[in-house]
Amino acid sequence: MPVRKTIEAHFEQVAREQHRQLGALTDDLELLHTGLDSLSFALIVARLEDSLGVDPFESVERFPVTFGDFVRLYESHSG
Amino acid sequence: MTAAGASSDRFLAGVDASLPLAELGRVSTLGGRLAELRGRSVMLVTPDPFTAAIVLIELDGVARRVVLCPPDLSPAHFPQIVGEAGCDAWVGDPGTNLADLGVRTVVVPGLPVAMDLERRETQETEWILLTSGTTGAPKLVLHTLATLTNAFAGKERPAPQTVWSTFYDIRRFGGLQIFLRGLLGGSLVLSSPNESIVDFLTRAAAAGVTHISGTPSHWRKALISGAIARISPRQVRLSGEIADQAVLDALRRTFPGAIVAHAFASTEAGVGFEVRDGLAGFPAALVGAPDLPAEIDVAEGHLRLRSGGAGRCYLGTDTTPLKSADGFVDTGDRLERRGDRYHFMGRSGGIINVGGQKVHPEEVEAVINALPGVHISRVAARKNSITGAVVAAEVVRSTAAASREEIPNEELQRAILDACRKALAAHKVPASIRFVPTLEVGASGKLVRANA
Repeated sequence: MPVRKTIEAHFEQVAREQHRQLGALTDDLELLHTGLDSLSFALIVARLEDSLGVDPFESVERFPVTFGDFVRLYESHSG
Repeated sequence: MTAAGASSDRFLAGVDASLPLAELGRVSTLGGRLAELRGRSVMLVTPDPFTAAIVLIELDGVARRVVLCPPDLSPAHFPQIVGEAGCDAWVGDPGTNLADLGVRTVVVPGLPVAMDLERRETQETEWILLTSGTTGAPKLVLHTLATLTNAFAGKERPAPQTVWSTFYDIRRFGGLQIFLRGLLGGSLVLSSPNESIVDFLTRAAAAGVTHISGTPSHWRKALISGAIARISPRQVRLSGEIADQAVLDALRRTFPGAIVAHAFASTEAGVGFEVRDGLAGFPAALVGAPDLPAEIDVAEGHLRLRSGGAGRCYLGTDTTPLKSADGFVDTGDRLERRGDRYHFMGRSGGIINVGGQKVHPEEVEAVINALPGVHISRVAARKNSITGAVVAAEVVRSTAAASREEIPNEELQRAILDACRKALAAHKVPASIRFVPTLEVGASGKLVRANA
């Protein structure tokens, strides 16, 4: 499954579990406007580490601000 | 205490209200009822930190004791706290059963009004701060203004244009330190629980914040917000959680001209030390060094601190002493020495710190272990680059052959998560569950944990 799809799946799963309304995951959607809190992001990052075997936040150059930034960050660390 | 020598342009700013600091001590939010609170033990439960700040100054020197309740404190804990602190007065919105708790006086704070107050300071007020205890119920730590200002008593008055701010609520130790520093010099911009991080940063920027403090989790949120570059602080401070190299580097890149410092402090031990070299952990040379705000000791891998800034004691009956016989406070933080540096490895007793919120493994294990199909579980911290750590569980399935056949792992996993979500706050629910064949139990009959 492409990285983006995996990320979308985890965002949607965590949003469901945390009973949060997720906005449409477009590239320019700002992460703080996704409706997710820090805990939700922590869960997503933990599960992506399990799925993709990588946590790019350990040595991130620039923290992602939009969903597109987030996807690109993971894409640049995968494969 | 008053805002010493306040010039007319020093201010205290909340979300939608602001006050010249020179007015503190001359305004009242208590509607003229301050005299009723003289010598009383007061529970301060006002949701708005700006009002709380004004009330604290009014009550200091007048009330015998003030319990600083943070905004997220569950009302379920009120009876315990009122009982242990002997509160007979309440400042905040009234609850339904305050009379049952022995609270005789309730004052609902209003807007600050200039009063011709003659504030006689007749006693050294005890400031009671709350910190999390082993079962999730809070522990009460007794401080005074003397202990709370110990760390900066000898410091120079800050430059006139200094504007302090903090992501923390001022009713927690980290935020309270900033509040008290601001009273001694400079201005203050208070955060608010319901304000978005973007709005807070925008407001702090407009006020010209120069010194800003928060936990690594607060700072990571700020970094993701896209609004962090609105502020131009001279000093950026981190405390309250382990500051990892990634967040320190990100802040140094974001604020190249600023001092980025991370500090160790706790409600019990007070302020320990500050590190400004940009590296995670702290230099081993600090241990036993003279002329530091706190004496630092490492014993059995634990950080211990001794200073005049520690809490005096815990309130309540069933508690361990806050200090050992030699006056040191065991912080409960485990250290690992690598070369000439110590690094923080997490809490002893396995307490998990999820973005500043503490989780005791035992409370999660209790929920998991109650499920049919589970023999035993072990819960521990799993490192996380967003919140520092998240909760992870290892589970040994019960050996009944029937249950293993009937309930596949995935279904049991779902059942465990459902049970945890029903019984526990969101940050305590395991982020991952791993089924393992066995878990080691020691001679004491207790689970062997990696981090005792």
